[in-house]
Amino acid sequence: MLEIKNLHAHVEGNDILRGIDLTVKPGEIHAIMGPNGSGKSTLSYVLAGKEDYEITEGSITYNGKDMLDLGADERAAAGMFLAFQYPIEIPGVATMTFLKTALNAQRRARGQEDLPTPEFMKLVKEKAKDLNVSPEMLRRPLNVGFSGGEKKRAEILQMALLEPSLCILDETDSGLDIDALRIVSEGVNKLRDPNRAMIVITHYQRLLNHIVPDHVHVLSRGKIVKSGGKELALELEENGYADFIDEEAA
Amino acid sequence: MNAEARVKETQAEASLIEQFSKLAKDQGGLAAETREKAFADFRSAGLPHRRVEEWHYTDLRAKMREAYAPAEGGRTPEVLPAPVDDGPVLRLFIVDGQYRADLGSSAMPEGVTVSSPREVEVKDSLFPSKDAVIDLNTAFCQGGVVVTVAPGTELTEAIEIVHLVTQPETASYSRNRIEIGAQASVLVIERFEGAASDAAYQTNAASEISVGDKARVNIIKLQDEAKAAQHLDSVSIKVGAEADVHHFTLNAGGDLSRTQMFVEFLGEEAKLGCRGISILGSKQHSDVTLFVDHAVPNCESRELYKSVIDEKARCVFQGKIVVRPDAQKTDGQMMVQSLLLSEEAEVNAKPELEIFADDVQCAHGSTTGDIDEDLLFYLRARGIPEADARKMLILAFLAEAVEETENDRVIALLESKVRALLGAEEYAE
Repeated sequence: MLEIKNLHAHVEGNDILRGIDLTVKPGEIHAIMGPNGSGKSTLSYVLAGKEDYEITEGSITYNGKDMLDLGADERAAAGMFLAFQYPIEIPGVATMTFLKTALNAQRRARGQEDLPTPEFMKLVKEKAKDLNVSPEMLRRPLNVGFSGGEKKRAEILQMALLEPSLCILDETDSGLDIDALRIVSEGVNKLRDPNRAMIVITHYQRLLNHIVPDHVHVLSRGKIVKSGGKELALELEENGYADFIDEEAA
Repeated sequence: MNAEARVKETQAEASLIEQFSKLAKDQGGLAAETREKAFADFRSAGLPHRRVEEWHYTDLRAKMREAYAPAEGGRTPEVLPAPVDDGPVLRLFIVDGQYRADLGSSAMPEGVTVSSPREVEVKDSLFPSKDAVIDLNTAFCQGGVVVTVAPGTELTEAIEIVHLVTQPETASYSRNRIEIGAQASVLVIERFEGAASDAAYQTNAASEISVGDKARVNIIKLQDEAKAAQHLDSVSIKVGAEADVHHFTLNAGGDLSRTQMFVEFLGEEAKLGCRGISILGSKQHSDVTLFVDHAVPNCESRELYKSVIDEKARCVFQGKIVVRPDAQKTDGQMMVQSLLLSEEAEVNAKPELEIFADDVQCAHGSTTGDIDEDLLFYLRARGIPEADARKMLILAFLAEAVEETENDRVIALLESKVRALLGAEEYAE
């Protein structure tokens, strides 16, 4: 469903991605691991359609469609979802208004009717409960005053509500304590589905104990330098990234 | 030929001189003498221009190419605008500069009286300084309303004053006075509209508002003039001891608009909030000039003005807070924030503090920027199309100024008005 070919991206004259190839099939979970500065977050932003990056080579095809021609909102409507590493606070935008606008915008883009407000409210309450997102949090402006854990839970709530076909989780474990990590992981696992794929970007192996991947890729200096099964993550935990960094430098 | 000390009159000034010579000077309850004096003062100064400090950014001499003749009275508009909300309201109409008792609410509740301005009221001006635009208002005054609210009156109805212009290429000059007694509680909604949305006309309004001790007052000005209109409005507010006064200006209409406000604290422990939103596009020029005089100790003022400026529009904000030598323990905070949506949009923000007391807490600030790309990306990444995401962020930027009014009816009214102006009705909570 997702095919990334020879993807090169740069920002302000620096090459960040230097030839990424990755194929993701429905139902699969791919973990992308790598040291800081390897291009993990850039890959997630480029997939989601952030405009700060210039794509100099390569392609991103999703369900047969060229994504590079589409804006971020069109990619979201096509089924892509990025759970942000640092969800942004937007004072003045009510959380519920935001959720409703996002959901209905995607429905419209797919030619569906808006979800009637009572049904929408019911849906949000249901999903919020699963993720331990309190009604009080939903009354606040978007992400404003949320703790790190609350922000990550709110991201997963958005994901559960929008039901994307491809979830990209960017360092979803960062800033989470063990309990929060468990709640967030359970929320993600609930969304596992034969028709839904996930790309889990993480620095540490611990998230992968909760969200077990089918494939693990190591990203270093903008390239995937090694791919394997879930055991590769354990190997990395043991030996660190030093091998790959050295390999590249040599 | 007479020797002229000043440069030659502009076309507009020449028209005003001619119009004044033809004016029936006994209309609107004003003595000819009062008008003659005001016009003589205007004539010696002329239309304000960029070398007049208070008018530096709004060069009226250049912008007011022509001066339309005062509108004839007596026209009845085909349609009266509906009230701005569903709440209880007392409606007063000023049509082409004249108060029209026949069009508004027929009866006033106990404690409220409405009449037209009298000679004594205009002569005894509450405006603290000389200003050519106020002089023109006095010289040409066609009418207006005097509203009094008796002490202790807690009014459930809003007092709505609708200024309506029915005739294109005319000028309307109205003089209004609102006297709010001690411990009264009042919401005033002042609206400026043109009967035809594309008509060119000129409005010159002046309002003198006095607020008694411990009164609680909310004044909302909705400037929704026709696109080609020129709007000049001078407002004086005198604030009594322990009073709580909120003034809000929503600027949306007019090709040229200026709201100049002069606020003075008369008694201690009073609170003032002056706020506003300007939503501008095309080649609109909108000016809010504010003068707050902390003449007595222990008062608090908050000034917050936000503007969203698109296309080739220009927004001017000038705010001066003066803290007199005796006004110790003054708390004054002024902020002006602008969002520029196009390369050619322009803002001139000039917040100023003049402090002569030593034990005060005062600050002012100004920010100007465009829409934050990271916020935009976050919303778009959730599927919200760019145009809608921008509207949401503009609403979010403006929300603070509305919320600070702390009055549920005012907040609901302003929010729905702002959403309508931005074409963002669907983001109602």
